[in-house]
Amino acid sequence: MIDIPMPRLSDTMEEGTIAAWHKKPGDLVSPGDVIVEIETDKAVMEHEAYELGTLASILVPEGESVAIGTPIARLDDGTGEDVPAPQDTSAAEASTATEITPIGSPAESSTASDTKVRSTQKTVHPRATPLVRKLARERGIDLTAVSGTGPGGRIVRADIPAAPESAPDETGAATTPAQTGTPANDAEVVPFDPIRQAIGTRLTQSATTTPTFTATASADVEALFTLRADLNAALDGTGDKVSINDLVMRAVALALREHPRINASYSPAGRGQTLMHKQVNVGVAVAAPAGLMVPVVHNTDRLAVSAIGTRIRTLSAKAMDRALSPDDMSDGTFTVSNLGMFGVENFTAIINPPQGAILAVGAALPETRLVDGAAVERRRMRYTITADHRIIDGADAGRFLAGLTELLENPLRLLA
Amino acid sequence: MSVITYRQALHDALRAEMLRDENVLLIGEEIGKFEGSYKITAGLLAEFGQKRVRDTPIAEEGFTGAAVGAAMLGLRPVVEIMTINFSLLALDQIVNHAAKIYGMFGGQATAPIVIRTPGGGGQQLGATHSQNIELYYAFVPGLKVVAPSTPADAKALMLAAIRDDDPVLVLENLALYNTKDEVPDDVAPAEIGKAAIAHPGADITVVAYSRMATVALEAAERLAETEGIDVEVVDLRSLRPLDRETVVASVRKTNCAVVLEDDWLTYGIGAEIAATISDGAFDWLDAPVRRVAMAEVPMPYAKPLEAAAMPSLDDAITAIHQTLDAANRP
Repeated sequence: MIDIPMPRLSDTMEEGTIAAWHKKPGDLVSPGDVIVEIETDKAVMEHEAYELGTLASILVPEGESVAIGTPIARLDDGTGEDVPAPQDTSAAEASTATEITPIGSPAESSTASDTKVRSTQKTVHPRATPLVRKLARERGIDLTAVSGTGPGGRIVRADIPAAPESAPDETGAATTPAQTGTPANDAEVVPFDPIRQAIGTRLTQSATTTPTFTATASADVEALFTLRADLNAALDGTGDKVSINDLVMRAVALALREHPRINASYSPAGRGQTLMHKQVNVGVAVAAPAGLMVPVVHNTDRLAVSAIGTRIRTLSAKAMDRALSPDDMSDGTFTVSNLGMFGVENFTAIINPPQGAILAVGAALPETRLVDGAAVERRRMRYTITADHRIIDGADAGRFLAGLTELLENPLRLLA
Repeated sequence: MSVITYRQALHDALRAEMLRDENVLLIGEEIGKFEGSYKITAGLLAEFGQKRVRDTPIAEEGFTGAAVGAAMLGLRPVVEIMTINFSLLALDQIVNHAAKIYGMFGGQATAPIVIRTPGGGGQQLGATHSQNIELYYAFVPGLKVVAPSTPADAKALMLAAIRDDDPVLVLENLALYNTKDEVPDDVAPAEIGKAAIAHPGADITVVAYSRMATVALEAAERLAETEGIDVEVVDLRSLRPLDRETVVASVRKTNCAVVLEDDWLTYGIGAEIAATISDGAFDWLDAPVRRVAMAEVPMPYAKPLEAAAMPSLDDAITAIHQTLDAANRP
């Protein structure tokens, strides 16, 4: 017998959810066969068999999450070690089908595998430390409504509200259990999926542990629009098309190359370190149906505008299908978030750790400007950098923004 | 109150007991004329004579057995085994005789023997002379094992061990012999089986003994100074009997724990402490118990490898950080 463990499919993955089983007990499995689809904090990925054998039993039903390394299925590789499950294939199939019956379903007729059935039909408990479970019992806290910040989303004491200061009143009147942590009366409860959980954990960490500042600048983008029109006229018929965002990405990449202090990450090693990245890998925030995804355009500064555009469209499509691979999302050194399409004038973004900064780009909106004393209508775009002050000072951010403005206002340099 | 070394504290305890009780005698290799490989017995042959300070051949099983017999007949021998590594040659006398006599004779005989022996690495003495195998003895009912980390405890526990009617192994440590601290002149025998809160704290419990208790204290002081982390150090002082109450009470207060041990991780003293915490403080735990121990190799001889194999202050601090991180505490 071989246990198939929950694999580690991304750097930050701590647990995975079984999205779908492709094999059922009794099926022959060969190396390379897809046996299961696993949902991680980043994507849904197919997992292949490494060994030849017969799938003996499924240990984790669809929809359930387990930590990396936890056995999710068992493969009979012909070693003939004794197995608790029935040896006969059809019986094994039947009993396993019962095993994964969701809680609450009518129980199957009593069989020899009854004990086994019961042992796998556990109530789903949120992962929490013993201390938290004890406090939850004492104070009537519903842990399913608490999101954990410990390893693998484990709920630790820091995640639950502190004990009420006052002791229970002396009249002996029944005190109502603390309501903290339970949703308001008629709210619809939408439990976090792994993606929402990852967003929550990482951004909470970023927002609560990083000292940030923001700085906003703007550029006259008339020339940028002219350039885009010219480029698209020239590309007509090739199928390629350039967007303002592609040009902004290109400008950001070039500005990062000129200002390496911004293309950096904080590291707590030693007494703290600035990691100045040699590559410029700009992530682009994509609003996928499942939530925010940040695929990365690797070596952005070495790609032509049209290549950046093509890459972003490929990655966005993958994000929509939850098909981004860990590589597609790794090694970002900076992030661009653009809400221009919603007419947002300007906004601030939260840094995507461990990156040192993020740029929030607004819409290009017409404004009245004085040009040679005459009022003219010009389009301007505003962009705001949020920077980790541990590694980036205000002047660094200012110089970067000035460089970016210079590029956006003289966009031929983007093609140079 | 005077500031003396751990070595001097042990010497003073032996001398004081020899003056107090004429049945106390010392026996072992090179303890007389040579005054002990680590000079604990310096001057005692001259002061007390050959009858009470006996040099022996290199024959651990023989002289330990002789001491067990002497103890059964009313003397209180203190056996020096040059290092704990050589105690393996006397294992049968210690485990099968000294530890069993009281029970197997239905209480008609006792074996009030003390085995003094240093453990510990860090001296470039190689794999066979650098071990921490106190666990072998702490495992055995019928024996007591004490492991002082300070000069004051070295004296107090040695006095207690000599006066105890059960066989007691006093674990000394090569790296501690030259450490200095205050020792009260009239130090009283310690109560064997009582741990000490060596550094009170509220954030995390660090359990240790012998050399690693000094590392725990250093970590506590460093973390208090640099990061404001309030570490509680529990110095076990005795491995058998084990003061489970003090360990459990501390973890119930701090909600997380790290165990530091110089021995190997697998099946080590830390495993027993972790199980003790799980039994007594499960509902108070906010993070898994972490253990810091020696690398699972025979101790290397080369200096850098030896240093890498031994648990260090940095290892202790890392484990404390990891444990606090797991509880998401700053």
